[in-house]
Amino acid sequence: MNAITSESRPTLAAKARLRWDRQTSRYLLLYPERGLVLNPTAADVVQLCTGEHTVGVIVDRLAAKYASQPREDVEREILAFLAQMAERGLIRSGHE
Amino acid sequence: MSEEPRPYTLVAELTYRCPLRCVYCSNPTDWVGHADALTTDDWLRVFREAEALGVVQLNLTGGEPLLRDDLEPLVEGARRLDLYTNLITSGIPLTRARLAGLKALGLDNVQVSIQDVTPTASDRIAGTRAFERKLEVARWVKELGFPLTLNVVLHRENLDRVADVIALAESLDADRLELANTQYLGWALVNRRTLLPTREALDAAREVARAARRRLQGRMEVLFVTPDYYAEFPKACMDGWGRRFLVVAPDGLVLPCHAAHTLPGLAFDNARTRPLADIWHHSTAFDAFRGEAWMPEPCRSCDRRAIDFGGCRCQAYHLTGDAAATDPACSLAPAHALVEAARREALQPTAEITYRTARATERA
Repeated sequence: MNAITSESRPTLAAKARLRWDRQTSRYLLLYPERGLVLNPTAADVVQLCTGEHTVGVIVDRLAAKYASQPREDVEREILAFLAQMAERGLIRSGHE
Repeated sequence: MSEEPRPYTLVAELTYRCPLRCVYCSNPTDWVGHADALTTDDWLRVFREAEALGVVQLNLTGGEPLLRDDLEPLVEGARRLDLYTNLITSGIPLTRARLAGLKALGLDNVQVSIQDVTPTASDRIAGTRAFERKLEVARWVKELGFPLTLNVVLHRENLDRVADVIALAESLDADRLELANTQYLGWALVNRRTLLPTREALDAAREVARAARRRLQGRMEVLFVTPDYYAEFPKACMDGWGRRFLVVAPDGLVLPCHAAHTLPGLAFDNARTRPLADIWHHSTAFDAFRGEAWMPEPCRSCDRRAIDFGGCRCQAYHLTGDAAATDPACSLAPAHALVEAARREALQPTAEITYRTARATERA
């Protein structure tokens, strides 16, 4: 497994699918037999994991959207989140 | 997630019919008396009602769901509801073209069962020649771009080959490997003396699985479902009765788990005659084992009562005759001696097996 860096272009794994949940007004990330409830920021990140954007670009977009947070903090959080998701096989780093 | 009961998963048992005769089949031993009673439109309505209740995951299973001619419109309807749709199959009977068609209709995941790593051993458990076809189907699944779940039920006869099972799963590029120790209900309870392994064999297999999980992390999810006969505490069966799962059986019965209709004294409703939401929220059968009021001691005052919910109601009934008893798998259960006795039996194994059949007496 390749580590996710600012240059990675992460993609959602084939087995995972994002779905809006009317009951909780949150996004769920669904995969076989399981699901994760995503907070709004995490959902924003996952929606940008199309293989088109680098993590750097994703961080820029979210840092702009949540302007109250310093970019370094946003970057650290996103990298930690993506690493966790990659460990679960839900996000691919794009280097494979 | 909230504590209010909400069904996240609908297990749609489309039929109990199956070309295989697996000796650990979880269908009820009187399966032949439960005919397929739901039409295509009935099932589509069940899916809609389930989704409105909060269901996001749909397992199409059986029996063998491929035996339904209307699998295609069912998959199409499920996908229209944005349900994550998982086909749980033996892979038989299937053509590559039909599988490609299901992909085009939006099927999300395919779970193929494999009984063992060699044709002889695998076909002995399945009671029919199926192994080579299953491998072919598993390859089609990946070629067509589906994620592949490989499910292997573990028992005495294959537990020492877990390393080979993992190697096979890797060679098939499986995304998820379920190493599921046999649950001793249905046909598996009939065959318990043959299937129950020793603790030593189990511990060794668990170690192999643990090492593989670490090695394959991020590539292949390796799941090892511990058999509760060797656990200190019971499992949280279905995450608790009527909390997160809805099962609809081929005859339309709406159940909290796939074996609940084997329990006496509970009046289960039929999806053809009562709306799912009404059943989920207001039926006596779904309320029977919710919460803690039904619990006997030692469950009622146990710190784990909100973790394992007293274990499996079906196991309690089939071992003790009382569905409200503490699951005998629990080391604290008054009837735990029944499980200890079964473990002693595992030290004197037999090779005799009873295949799943319309008659419950066919011997190998």
